[in-house]
Amino acid sequence: MGVSVPGEATTEGQPAPPIRSGVDTVRSALAPVTDVLRRLEVDTRLFGMVAALALIWIGFNVLSGGTFLTARNLWNLSVQSASIAIMATGMVLVIVSRNIDLSVGSMLGFLGYTMAMTQAVWIPQSLGLGLEQPYTWILTLLVGIVLGAAIGGAQGFVVAYGGVPSFIVTLGGLLVWRGLIFRYAQGQTIAPLDTTFQMLGGGTVGTRVGALGEWPSWTLGLVLCIAIGYAQITSRRRKGRYGFPVRPLWAEVLVGAAACGAVLGTVWVANSYPLPPNVAVLYAQEHGIPVPPGGLFIPTGIAFPVVIMLGVTLVVTFLATRRRFGRYVYAIGGNPDAAALAGINVRRTIMLTFALIGSLAAVSAAVQTARLNAAVTSLGVQNELDVISAAVIGGTSFAGGIGTVPGAILGAVVMQSLRSGMVLLLVDSPTQDIVVGIVLVVAVGLDAVVRRRVS
Amino acid sequence: MITPTTPAPGTAPGRVPLVELRNIHVAFGGVRAVAGVTIDLHAGEVVGVVGGNGAGKTTLMRTLSGARPPDSGQILVNGQPVAIGNPREAKALGIETIYQTLALADNLDAPANVFLGRELEAATTLDDAAMESATRKVIGRLNPNFKNFKTPVLRLSGGQRQAVAIARAIHFNARALIMDEPTAALGPAETAQVHALIRQLKSEGIGIFLVSHDIHDVFDLSERISVMYHGRLVGTVNKNDVTTDEVLGMIILGKPPTKLTRQELAELHG
Repeated sequence: MGVSVPGEATTEGQPAPPIRSGVDTVRSALAPVTDVLRRLEVDTRLFGMVAALALIWIGFNVLSGGTFLTARNLWNLSVQSASIAIMATGMVLVIVSRNIDLSVGSMLGFLGYTMAMTQAVWIPQSLGLGLEQPYTWILTLLVGIVLGAAIGGAQGFVVAYGGVPSFIVTLGGLLVWRGLIFRYAQGQTIAPLDTTFQMLGGGTVGTRVGALGEWPSWTLGLVLCIAIGYAQITSRRRKGRYGFPVRPLWAEVLVGAAACGAVLGTVWVANSYPLPPNVAVLYAQEHGIPVPPGGLFIPTGIAFPVVIMLGVTLVVTFLATRRRFGRYVYAIGGNPDAAALAGINVRRTIMLTFALIGSLAAVSAAVQTARLNAAVTSLGVQNELDVISAAVIGGTSFAGGIGTVPGAILGAVVMQSLRSGMVLLLVDSPTQDIVVGIVLVVAVGLDAVVRRRVS
Repeated sequence: MITPTTPAPGTAPGRVPLVELRNIHVAFGGVRAVAGVTIDLHAGEVVGVVGGNGAGKTTLMRTLSGARPPDSGQILVNGQPVAIGNPREAKALGIETIYQTLALADNLDAPANVFLGRELEAATTLDDAAMESATRKVIGRLNPNFKNFKTPVLRLSGGQRQAVAIARAIHFNARALIMDEPTAALGPAETAQVHALIRQLKSEGIGIFLVSHDIHDVFDLSERISVMYHGRLVGTVNKNDVTTDEVLGMIILGKPPTKLTRQELAELHG
C-alpha cells in the first residue's frame, strides 16, 4: 500500500562514510545539549526542528533587513500556514499507516465549492431561506465536514476493503474531485460568501474581524497554559502511582515554562499586530471611540484560522496518542500483520484515517474559501504536495509507523516560512519551488542519516 | 504402539480435551495445505506438532489462533463447538499464540505490544502507566534483566523481543497456548529459559501446542507428538512409546513406525 521512499529502513546498513564522520562531529559537539534534552525528556527531533525554524526565521530577518520578524509578517505567516497545517495533521496518520492521500487538494476544491454553493445558492435560493442567516455558516461547515468525511471515507473504503493501493485510489480522487467542480456552475467563481462564514478566513468585513481580539487572545493563552500545567501534573501523578521515575522538578518547571512562554509569546505577537487603519477608524466610529491624532492601535489578536488549527491539532494529537484508534494506526504502520493478529480491525482503522483527512480537507476548504470570499476552480491545486511535504519535513516516515502531529504543524510552518521569506526577498515563484523542493529532499535525507546513526 | 488421539499419559480416559481440531481442511488456491487433520490437546499437556517445511503445521495452528479460519472442519473447546473467525475470537476463548515471526509492532514499546488490541483505558483514554506497570510484572517473571520498557521493540535483542511476545500471550490468563518455533531464534541460555517457562506453564494447567523443527526440543517437552506430512496427519504418538528415529521416519517418509521397513530406518541414519 502507498508509496515507498528510499531513505530509511530499506537502506539500513549501507555504509555512508563521509556523511557519517560529519554527523559524528556534529553529534559529539551537540552531546551536552542532547544530554540536557534527555533529562528534560524533550523529543530531540522536535527540538531540532524548532532550532531549524529559528535559524530560518533569523536568517530571513537579517536578509530582509528586519521585515521578517515583525508582528505583521508573523501574523500573516500563521494564517497562511493554518490551512496546510490542518490537513497535515490528518496526513500524518494516513502516512503512518503506510498509505498516502494525493487527493486532499482536489477534495479541498470540491468541498470548498460545495460549501460555497451551500451558503450562496442552496440555502438562500433553493430552500428559499434567504442570505445572511445566523445559522448559515455553521450549517455550511457541517455540510462540508460530513461530506468530506464521506468522500474521504469512500476512498478509504476502496483502499482498505477493495485492496487497491492508496496511491492509485487517491490519484483517481485527485482527478475526479477536481473534475466534479465543473459540474457546479460550469466552473464559474461562486461569490460572495456569507459574512459570518468569511470570519473563518481571518479577514475583515466592515468592522468585523476574523480574529479573537486582544483579551480573548490572552484568555485563550492563559487557558492553554493552565491546560499544559494540568497535563504535566496528571502525568506525574499517573507515573507516581506506579512508582515510575518522573522528571526532576526543575526540568518539569522548565518544560512547562517554555511551553507556556511559547503560547503567551504567540499571543503577544498576535496582539502586537494592529487592525488596518481604515478598519480601526470604522471600529472607532461604531464604538464611539475618539480617534487620536497618531491613529488607533487596536490589537488584532489570534486569527480564527489559527484558532481552528490549534483546535484541530489538539483533537488529532489526542486521537493519535491517547486513544486506541491512534495506537492502532501506529501499530498498523509498524507491522500490519502483527496488528491484524492482535485482533485489530485494520481495514476499519485505515478507512477512518481517510475519513478523518477528508473532514480536515473540508475545514481547510472553509478557511481558504472564507479568506478568498469566493470558491474558484483552482482552489487547493497542488495543496496535496504542500501537505505531504509538511508531514514529511515534520518527521513522518514513508516506511510507516513514525510521525507526530506537532511535527507536521512545525513542518507546515517551516514550508510557509520559506515561501513567505522568499517573497519578502522578492524571489520569483519558480525559484521558490526550486528551493522548497531541495529543502524537502535535504531535510528528509539528513533525517534518514541521523536516524540510521541512532538505531 | 501407535495410539492416535488417545488421552495423554496420566490423564483420565474419556476426559474432554481442552481443545480439539476435527477434520480440518485449508486450501490456498489449488494447494491443499491442511487436509483432514484431527488433533487434540488437554489441560496441562504439551503436544508437539512436528513435520518438515510445508507440512502444514503453522497453517493448522493458524486455524486455531483465528489468523486463517479453516475451509471446513470443526474446532471444539471443552467439548463445545466454537467458531473462530478472527484472532480476537480465539483470544476470547483463552487461546493465545506466540507466532514464529513474533508479530510485534516494531515501532511501539513493550507495553504497547503486550496490550496491543487489548489496551487498558482510564476514562476512555489509554492508561499507559497501568499498562507499563503490568508489563513490568509479567516480563519480570520471564526475564528479570529486561529494562527497556520505553524503547521501540525494534531496538531490543532477539531474546527480549521473544520475551515481549511471550508476555503478551501469558498475561491474559491463557488456557491454551500455541508456540510456533519459540526457540528458533534464541541462544542456548534463552532457550533454556523458554523451556523452563513451558514446564512452569504446563504445571499451571495450561495446554500447549508446541510447533517445532527441533525433534529433541519436542521430545524434551511434550507428552504427545503429532506428526504432519504434506498437509496430512501421519499420526499422534505418545512420546514414551517411540524413539526419535521412529518420529524422524514419520516426519521424513510420512509413514507411521509400524509401516517403516528396516531398510528405510537404516537409510535415515545415512
